[in-house]
Amino acid sequence: MARSSDVIVVGGGLVGAAVAYGLAREGASVTILDEGDVAFRASRGNFGLVWVQGKGDGLPDYADWTRRSKDLYQGFADGMLEHNGCDIELKQEGGLSLCLGEDDYSETEASIHRMHNQPGVGENDRRMIGADDVREMVPIIGPEVSGASYSPHDGHVNPLYLLRSLHAAAQQLGARYVSGAKTLSIAKDGDGFRTETEAGIFRSGKLVIAAGIANKWLAPMVGLDIPVRPDRGHILITERMQPVLPTLLVNARQTADGTINFGNSHEEAGYDTSINPAKLAEIAGSIVRYFPILKNVRVVRTWSALRVMAPDGFPIYRESETAPGAFSISCHSGVTLAAAHALDLAPSILNGGFNDRFAAFSPERFHVSPAA
Amino acid sequence: MTRTDLAIIGAGPAGMSAASTAREAGLSVLLIDEQPEPGGQIWRAIERNASTRPEALAFLGPDYADGAARADRFRASGANYWPSSMVWHLDCPEEGDKTLLVAWDGVTRQVQARTVLIATGAMERPVPVPGWTLPGVMTIGAAQTVLKSSGLYPEAPLVLAGSGPLLLLFAAQCHAAGIPVAAVLDTTPSGAMLRGLPYLPKALFGWRSLLKGRRLMRVLAQSGIPVYRQVEGLEALGAERVEHVRFRSGGKAVKLEATTLLLHEGVVPNPQLTRLIGCEHRWDRAQRCFHPVLSDRGETSVPGVFVAGDGGGIGGAIAAENAGRIAALEIAEDFGAVNRPSGDIEIVKARDNRRAQMAVRPLLDAMYPPPAWIGKLDGDVPVCRCEEVSARAVRGAAADGAPGPNQAKAFLRAGMGPCQGRMCGLTVTEILADAHGKEPDAIGYYRIRPPIKPVTVGELAALDGAD
Amino acid sequence: MFRRLPDPRARPVHFTFEGEALTAHSGDSVAAALLGAGIGHSRTTPKSGTARAPYCMMGVCFECLIEIDGVPNRQGCLVEVRDGMAVRRQQGAPGLPEDLAGEGGQ
Repeated sequence: MARSSDVIVVGGGLVGAAVAYGLAREGASVTILDEGDVAFRASRGNFGLVWVQGKGDGLPDYADWTRRSKDLYQGFADGMLEHNGCDIELKQEGGLSLCLGEDDYSETEASIHRMHNQPGVGENDRRMIGADDVREMVPIIGPEVSGASYSPHDGHVNPLYLLRSLHAAAQQLGARYVSGAKTLSIAKDGDGFRTETEAGIFRSGKLVIAAGIANKWLAPMVGLDIPVRPDRGHILITERMQPVLPTLLVNARQTADGTINFGNSHEEAGYDTSINPAKLAEIAGSIVRYFPILKNVRVVRTWSALRVMAPDGFPIYRESETAPGAFSISCHSGVTLAAAHALDLAPSILNGGFNDRFAAFSPERFHVSPAA
Repeated sequence: MTRTDLAIIGAGPAGMSAASTAREAGLSVLLIDEQPEPGGQIWRAIERNASTRPEALAFLGPDYADGAARADRFRASGANYWPSSMVWHLDCPEEGDKTLLVAWDGVTRQVQARTVLIATGAMERPVPVPGWTLPGVMTIGAAQTVLKSSGLYPEAPLVLAGSGPLLLLFAAQCHAAGIPVAAVLDTTPSGAMLRGLPYLPKALFGWRSLLKGRRLMRVLAQSGIPVYRQVEGLEALGAERVEHVRFRSGGKAVKLEATTLLLHEGVVPNPQLTRLIGCEHRWDRAQRCFHPVLSDRGETSVPGVFVAGDGGGIGGAIAAENAGRIAALEIAEDFGAVNRPSGDIEIVKARDNRRAQMAVRPLLDAMYPPPAWIGKLDGDVPVCRCEEVSARAVRGAAADGAPGPNQAKAFLRAGMGPCQGRMCGLTVTEILADAHGKEPDAIGYYRIRPPIKPVTVGELAALDGAD
Repeated sequence: MFRRLPDPRARPVHFTFEGEALTAHSGDSVAAALLGAGIGHSRTTPKSGTARAPYCMMGVCFECLIEIDGVPNRQGCLVEVRDGMAVRRQQGAPGLPEDLAGEGGQ
């Protein structure tokens, strides 16, 4: 039997759950259709950064949007708590991107200057600091660290608790969560949509496709072309440790549990989420260069997960013109943008004017010729 | 980088026998094992005991003493042997060789193998009774290990609790060595003989095992050790360590003093490597655990990766040896290293031997059913020992929408500690299956990630691909 | 908590636990050596600080985690005890090695 709701959100990862929570906050009846326990699940493979510095090179709107999410984050976290969410361990105390050697330092410095010169990118608060100042903030750095770029706006959360909190809060606000419901087809159905899944058929007035990489093949069902591709990243997680990393780094963060996550690797590997030993050795080798003293720390888990990457690395948001009421939402920064997705993007889905509001993130940008 | 025709992981009965057989067929063999000496758990410290402590062979029994000849044969086989080494990753691409990453003495050694035999055996089923994390509560296998390898035994009062052949064997070994046992708490539900009866005719093919079992029961009966039957609701009590055990037996509540409580509710395959490579597994209702799905040849659903021994389904040492032999002969035939007719005859013999051993399993499963209460757990009892996650929390995750153990792990950190789910995996699957009213097959198991045991950052960085 | 069957051929091994001199038998794992020496618990958990002692003795439970010669969180049941080993209780999560300056300068 078909079950109906105001909005169906296809995808129960961080992007889908944030949108669903935002829709439920606005009073919409929402059904989240998710895959089973083992999916590609970028949301379980990510790093937890609410990261601002360096974002938006080439697209000022993305820099603005990122900062907007960052600004909304504390209220977003508090809001979930009021609706049965859990503590997501949000900390926004600034972050560092370390440089190894002089060349790395000067390249990072040059990129800050380049972004300074782009109107609206607004990187005013990102600055270079020398090795001695870095050592004040992170005493365990090794002698090869030449400095870092620093932004007071960067922060982090526990991404697993964020996902759990979004699900709990959305459900407390009446959203229905259906797992084992891999979407097979989507079709227009009168004023709304009919979504066929492995768990049956669901009907809705509106439809949001937030299924990560799967948007590539689901969005065409509503007349949208979303050219995302997987970008493989490896993450290494250590055993619990006493606090040793007082400051957040772009490639290393110590969680409230004491485990240290190392990451920030990129690799083209199709849909293969296997582990590349050489990549692990490379990351581990760089950890030993950044922090020689962590050589004997034990890694308990590694994994690779697929980032959802657009050709230019920016989000893609669009309402279908051939099937109005159907939206495709994709980005690789599901954590950083979660607050904006819940509190700003979701209301726009209900209130209209979506494509004007998010014109900068339209997939049309990939279809215009370079000369135009 | 080391290259080999066959890489074997685990130097127990299956691994040693496969190595010896494959060497006889002329294959290059590398056997990698975590322990410093061959023998696995069943023949732990067999070489040392045979050479320096022959009296231990007497009280540990003839089956243990048999291990010495097996270790000798393996040592003489010419197999390349890496003891004290830990395989932390096994990568099986669709084409070409498998890659093993092995931590050894602070570096990672890389092995390219044409085929792989996983012979990592079994582990005792975790028994999450209240108080099981108290110091002084161990598994029977743990006590047996220190008895074999160090001649150590728990101080009185020693209480054994659980069900199954290993409980009987250990009680008999204690008795033979003059180690006092204060009580045996038999958790086997009543009617063991009745439940076993339908399986008896088939089990008679394994009459040797049956006789051994009879003998052990008789030793226990004549030992004078108090035995409490149909024990339920077992709890370990104590502040800093176990001081008492409490339970019900025959409708009566009993409390006994205990310095050590040893638990045993059967053994289950050690799942880490077969889960890591993502081969197909199936839930075995009779044994309440997952088994990798194996072909007649012992091959998993990942081509070129074989499993032999208790890691593929519990059968004991002799069955494991024969399974190791079967897999090695099959692999040798694939390589053209053995002539079909003679190899096939050997395979048939090994299969017959293995079948005789396996014949008693259905009888044992019926007589000593694995504990059904584990799936019903709730409340404060910790199911994940590392991250101290309670049964109640697992049920809470199920209520919050976690469809399976991987989402529950993300919600709770259960299975994220150093043991990487070995101690809580089955329990979490069983509780989620109960909470969702589904079969464990539909619930699944933790996705196991490398390294399958923690390795240091330095070991990861020292990837020795070039030597 | 544990006693030892008589073994006239055993070779003694001398090591320290928390600075105290102890004797084991050659061939003992570190975890067995501690059981034999009457050490009640070998670690405390990082989460709640509760005392734990070895449970499986075959490398799967990770309850025997221990600091050996300055390296934290080693599986005591898989490491053979040696003369002169300095063993310490694993108290919760490990911190940094003590010689921070020396390590950082390599």
